[in-house]
Amino acid sequence: MVGIVAFGAYLPRYRLERKEIAKAISWINPPTLGFASGEKTVANYDEDAITLAVAASRNALSSISLPDEKMFIYAASTSFPYAERLNAAIISEALGYGEVSSTADFSGSSRAGTAALIAGLNAIQSGDTSWGIVTAGEVRKTKPGSTDEFLQGDGGATVVLGREKVIASFRGSLSISGDFPSPLRESSKSFPRLWEERWIRDEGFMKIIPSAVKSYLARHDLSPSNFRFLIYPCHYPREHGIIGKMAGFSDEQIFNPLLVQVGDTGAAHTLVLLAAALEECQPADEILLVGYGSGVDLLHFKATELIREIRPVRSLESLLLRKAPISYQKFLAFREVLEVETGLRGEFQAETPLSVMWRNRKAILGLVGSRCLRCGVPQFPPQRICVIAECQAVDAMEPYNFSKKKAVVFSYTGDNLAFSYDPPQIYGLIDFEEGGRMMLDFTDCALEDLKVGMGVELSFRRKYHDRHRGIHTYFWKAIPMVN
Amino acid sequence: MASGIRDRIAIVGMGCTKFGERWDVGAGDLMVEAFQEALEDAGIEKKEIEAAWLGTCFDEINVGKSAIPLAQCLKLQNIPVTRVENFCATGTEAFRGACYAVASGAVKIALALGVEKLKDTGYGGLPDFGSAMGTLNRFILPNFTAPGGFALMATRYFAKYGISPEEGKRALARISCKSHRAGALNPKAHLRKEITEDQVLKAPIIAWPLGLFDCCGVSDGAAAAIVTTPEIARSLRKDPVMVKALQVAATSGEELYTTRWDGTYLKTTTEAAIRAYKEAGIQKPREEISILEVHDCFSITELVTYEDLQISERGRAIHDINDGLFELTGKIPCQSDGGLKCFGHPIGASGLRMIYEVYKQLQGKAGPRQIQNPRFGLTHNLGGIPAFSVCSVAIFGL
Repeated sequence: MVGIVAFGAYLPRYRLERKEIAKAISWINPPTLGFASGEKTVANYDEDAITLAVAASRNALSSISLPDEKMFIYAASTSFPYAERLNAAIISEALGYGEVSSTADFSGSSRAGTAALIAGLNAIQSGDTSWGIVTAGEVRKTKPGSTDEFLQGDGGATVVLGREKVIASFRGSLSISGDFPSPLRESSKSFPRLWEERWIRDEGFMKIIPSAVKSYLARHDLSPSNFRFLIYPCHYPREHGIIGKMAGFSDEQIFNPLLVQVGDTGAAHTLVLLAAALEECQPADEILLVGYGSGVDLLHFKATELIREIRPVRSLESLLLRKAPISYQKFLAFREVLEVETGLRGEFQAETPLSVMWRNRKAILGLVGSRCLRCGVPQFPPQRICVIAECQAVDAMEPYNFSKKKAVVFSYTGDNLAFSYDPPQIYGLIDFEEGGRMMLDFTDCALEDLKVGMGVELSFRRKYHDRHRGIHTYFWKAIPMVN
Repeated sequence: MASGIRDRIAIVGMGCTKFGERWDVGAGDLMVEAFQEALEDAGIEKKEIEAAWLGTCFDEINVGKSAIPLAQCLKLQNIPVTRVENFCATGTEAFRGACYAVASGAVKIALALGVEKLKDTGYGGLPDFGSAMGTLNRFILPNFTAPGGFALMATRYFAKYGISPEEGKRALARISCKSHRAGALNPKAHLRKEITEDQVLKAPIIAWPLGLFDCCGVSDGAAAAIVTTPEIARSLRKDPVMVKALQVAATSGEELYTTRWDGTYLKTTTEAAIRAYKEAGIQKPREEISILEVHDCFSITELVTYEDLQISERGRAIHDINDGLFELTGKIPCQSDGGLKCFGHPIGASGLRMIYEVYKQLQGKAGPRQIQNPRFGLTHNLGGIPAFSVCSVAIFGL
């Protein structure tokens, strides 16, 4: 049996209330006032498509253990930071699969998530590999005042595929390509070129999705009543429900597209919704999943008995509940849409030596340090000579991955002098329960949240974006466990 | 165990510029200013200097790398000149080079000069650490600053001893107010105004829990020392100042990489102090040390340094502060010149500036700041942040 063995979504902590967007910018485009309800997810300044995919993958992988053997990582996004330097390869290093993974990026349309899913399922069906990860992350950069700015959110999701302990078996798929040219974005441009919304809606979503669904059902002699859920994207809140009905599905079957709380998360969205749906599925429930953009992908899954047993550490509900408000101005600054005064300190960025990054990729991206074979003390970054004064064993170290280890706050500060996109810059020292100490940035928290001794979890984040040289670097940060 | 350099080196002349925002002069001018004062004070000719050490830290915004700037500026005639750098402990490092040269017998008279022109960065605080910590650390260390690095120690200290942030900040405020009272008396200091506890407590936060007045100023300045053998020194002047001890300790990484260090003290200061007292033959520092010039880059640093130097017992420094022990009128005045707090911290110069004050105090030439009959003066010069530091402790006497 081939199918899904685990799943997990990730939503960033910030929420932007749509009425705040309307208040600030609807004067330029009054019809957007019609979208001014609910909220959308906004990635922190240190998050991007890669980090959201990593966070979702860590959530998905939290529920299972998988063999450390040949696997694949297929990553999907339309907002990858890199056009060259494989984004999936960065994700792979962060997840600790650097040397065993086959990696590929899927991009080009919001259908990239389901395209990666189909490719992953095919890879397993071919017998080439026994398991792999399909992950998607999207951080939206939208033009101020545009409809997209209201309707699009940030998020990530990961589906782990395999042959054993399948929780939802893969039953079939259908892909139809079509050069529907909206959204359309030139490679070098930040914002898309759009056409009339009535055409996007009526000729695009409302025609292409229902006809593909009907076609799949007819081909396999199925009816809507075979399915517990029909999952599909459409960022227009009013029209979303109509599409499913046009395909013959009832309101109960049409899976909540999370537009009110999250917004449309692009290439990640179908997978976010799939992760949400799998939490609700019972054994034998069937799902029809639709990816949309420059055509359409359909995937058909059926839950097995094991569906009850696999749950990510963070449920979708917990992700929806973990939130903090963000202002419209801060949102624009975080996305580098608004040029803010960084001061002279913010201008300074030391060169990023790429040879150093490659040589130390396991430490930097994988948070792999070393543990002394003689005295057992973990240390980061990896040391040649043991740091323990009485030990000092030379070249007697084994690799030691800190990224899933428990740690507590040893000390912290909120620094108003250091440059930050979200001052104060909060950082400190954390102590690992099994030994080892690191000086790390804290993220997704307020200074007031921090206490000496509280637990933290580690999160893979963008360390900085050197805009001048076009380089994004990544490292790990600590998130205090406030509750 | 080697015997150290106690009483084998004498300071025969010193110079120190006015510290401050010296917008109108460059680092070269500052070097000349400090050097000419030292030369005149020593009563020697420039050509008698046989070797020199230059201490500068941030070469990107200063005179540049190498010792050439010092030799060119002072027109030293092809003698051995070396540049040293050890973060904020750079000044004492230059001094150590000169002392070791004389102690080894390689030369008879040596110069140490430290300079930093910080006010050409274009912003407050020290230049960014982004490129100062090596290439790997660019990827793995936070974008930290000095106040943030030391604030981590304040957070730990308060947590360990159960001190509320309000209570802790009030004790730290007393340290800053004390130094400002002394600095107000010193024409060479950058900041010469007395401040109140209320001002300190209400000042903007720089790095929680440290506020503006918990942090030292940022300034331009230079200081210089001419050292020689005790015999030559006595032939030149009646009151040369002897080096009684000169110790440096650099972290092995244990504080940053392991959970052994509790974050409420400086391991390097503690170790350097133990060795310095031994070298100087000091048994009871609290009884024997007359005057302290410590590296008060931040108020919390001064507080834990009292303990690291064995002046105050661990956890008891606040009581000694409240008792007035470190006031100019107290038993062991600390920062009688105003300290980094009032001088600011032109990195390369600070260690030598501290020695300058101890030198003047021991000679009885500290004017309105003069303390009575000082016996031993101690300087403490600290580089890095508490989690990874390098520290020098030097002791002087007549």
